[in-house]
Amino acid sequence: MLAAAAIHVPAIRYLAIMPVIVLLGGAILLLAFQSLLRGPMRLRMATVATVAISLAAFGLAWWQWADVEAHGPYTTIAHAVVTDGFSVLVTVLVSAVMALSAMVAEGYLAREGIEGGELHVLALVSASGAVLMAQANDLVIVFLGLEILSIALYVLSAYNHRRAESGEAGLKYFVLGGFSTAIFVYGIALTYGATGTTNLTQLADFLSRNVLIHDGLLLAGMALLLVGFAFKVAAVPFHMWTPDVYQGAPSPITGFMAAVAKAGGFAAFLRVFVSSFGVLRADWRPIIYVLAIVTLVVGAALAVVQRDIKRMLAYSSVNHAGFVLLGLQAASAVGVSSALYYLFAYGFMVVGSSAVVTVIGRHGDRDHDIAAYRGLARRQPLLALCFAVLLLAQAGVPFTTGFLAKLQVVVASVDGRSVPLAVVAMASAALAAFFYLRVTVLMYGPGPDAAPAPVGPGDPPLAVARRTRLNAALLLELAPVAVADQPQRAALAERVPVPALAAVAVGICVLVTVVLGVFPAPLVDFAHRATLLFVP
Amino acid sequence: MSIPGEWYLVLAAALFIVGALGLLVRRNVLIMFMCIELMLNAANLTFVTFSRMLGDIGGQVIVFFVLVVAAAEVVVGLGIVVAIFRRRASTSADDLNALKG
Repeated sequence: MLAAAAIHVPAIRYLAIMPVIVLLGGAILLLAFQSLLRGPMRLRMATVATVAISLAAFGLAWWQWADVEAHGPYTTIAHAVVTDGFSVLVTVLVSAVMALSAMVAEGYLAREGIEGGELHVLALVSASGAVLMAQANDLVIVFLGLEILSIALYVLSAYNHRRAESGEAGLKYFVLGGFSTAIFVYGIALTYGATGTTNLTQLADFLSRNVLIHDGLLLAGMALLLVGFAFKVAAVPFHMWTPDVYQGAPSPITGFMAAVAKAGGFAAFLRVFVSSFGVLRADWRPIIYVLAIVTLVVGAALAVVQRDIKRMLAYSSVNHAGFVLLGLQAASAVGVSSALYYLFAYGFMVVGSSAVVTVIGRHGDRDHDIAAYRGLARRQPLLALCFAVLLLAQAGVPFTTGFLAKLQVVVASVDGRSVPLAVVAMASAALAAFFYLRVTVLMYGPGPDAAPAPVGPGDPPLAVARRTRLNAALLLELAPVAVADQPQRAALAERVPVPALAAVAVGICVLVTVVLGVFPAPLVDFAHRATLLFVP
Repeated sequence: MSIPGEWYLVLAAALFIVGALGLLVRRNVLIMFMCIELMLNAANLTFVTFSRMLGDIGGQVIVFFVLVVAAAEVVVGLGIVVAIFRRRASTSADDLNALKG
């Protein structure tokens, strides 16, 4: 009797959860050990340790990839966690982005005079949540990953306690994030009630073998899950938090959030909907269709009217979310791999862009009006060139990863017989190109001291030349120019100091964007082989 | 006396709606936190009810996960509120208007 009551413990393949363990354990050890150090060394050591931990997770992800290639994808811990090409690619992306963000954050923390590396600890925890979301094979694990990712991000948004905006961003993110979490959990509860399981494989199995006559409960659960995910990936109309949080959060965190939260959110979104609710695709594809169109159009249209570069990046991230939704809407293996490729390309572009924004923001993290970029190419040509490349890549210019990313999701969408959606996507890309170009042209235009010169009656040729230049500047601006007063303009004309590590991070992002754009084969191949464990 | 499981589900749905409406209507941040808790607990009640109806223990285990996460979430949320309260001595969401565009 007693012998029969022996407790069975599920078998664990530790390689499957090693990246999560390394990121999370590394974060805890870092928190403990950095309190032993004092002074500026403390931040430097924390950054070195964070980069080392991220690279360890990066290496483990490649080990997992070799394992998946050799033995095929597998589930472990009572089928709650899965390791397949899909999860490996997201792990590679998240750990790489984590290392780059830590390098950018170091310069930011030193400049703002914030001691210690707790920011790194929180970011590592958040990254482990994103990896867990990509590996989740159970709705409960998706929920845990989502919360590990989000709770750390709430604190990170509010991290700079000297800026009132930072706290406000944290609180807004928290309230709306908590709301979406509650909706998500209720969605899990209804799905559990309708099918009797939360395991994604069993869910797919149940749905393929049973036809529910009263499927109201299941559809309600699915709709609530969709709303929860749409909040996380900032799809319109669930994007309201995005501009405020992106603007208020410390600049390095803005890039980290855009890359990692989107990657984690979309990873779970794709797995749950394509693989588990694949049988019900006729029910959810129209919803995603509408969501994608609204997201594409609203994201691009509102980005055009922004004057704050961080708000502009926020709306552009909404627009990018619309493109990834195209891959999801296709609901096919091609769609999933194109969405993955898009997330990968976008991750590097946005982290590089936000690194430049961090540097230009100067002390106090305040100079985010696009006027701060006027004539940047004269003062710092290399920085301007890097930013221009990253912005043009986001616009989808050929020979960058951004072009291939947009091309692939559109092709997947056409394959899925959603031609009007693909057309809307391309139109929104053209609209979106406008604001990337606007910043680029501002950077390569005249400096801040040249623009608002009064035109006198004498010296007509010069006056005409000045007036045409003024008109050109006004055309580019479209919105009224806030005329900066003299000392402020003088400050804007100075060179900004670029920390060495931030420069390296920007360089890596530009290299990845351009090299993989010119030689696309390795990444495209990786994304195509990085399939989900199960696609019906 | 036995109460049908559906009643609990209806009660949970009502609690969830009360929480969601409260979050959208109320302006005090602390009350908004309570509304989030109400929504999470409505989900918990649903899990337990389905667990009994399906005869499956899994649903009751999930409740513990949700409870732990909810506690962690509130700790972080209150920390952020305290940090903001130090600046402006108000917990009204309407005062949070520095970010717009």
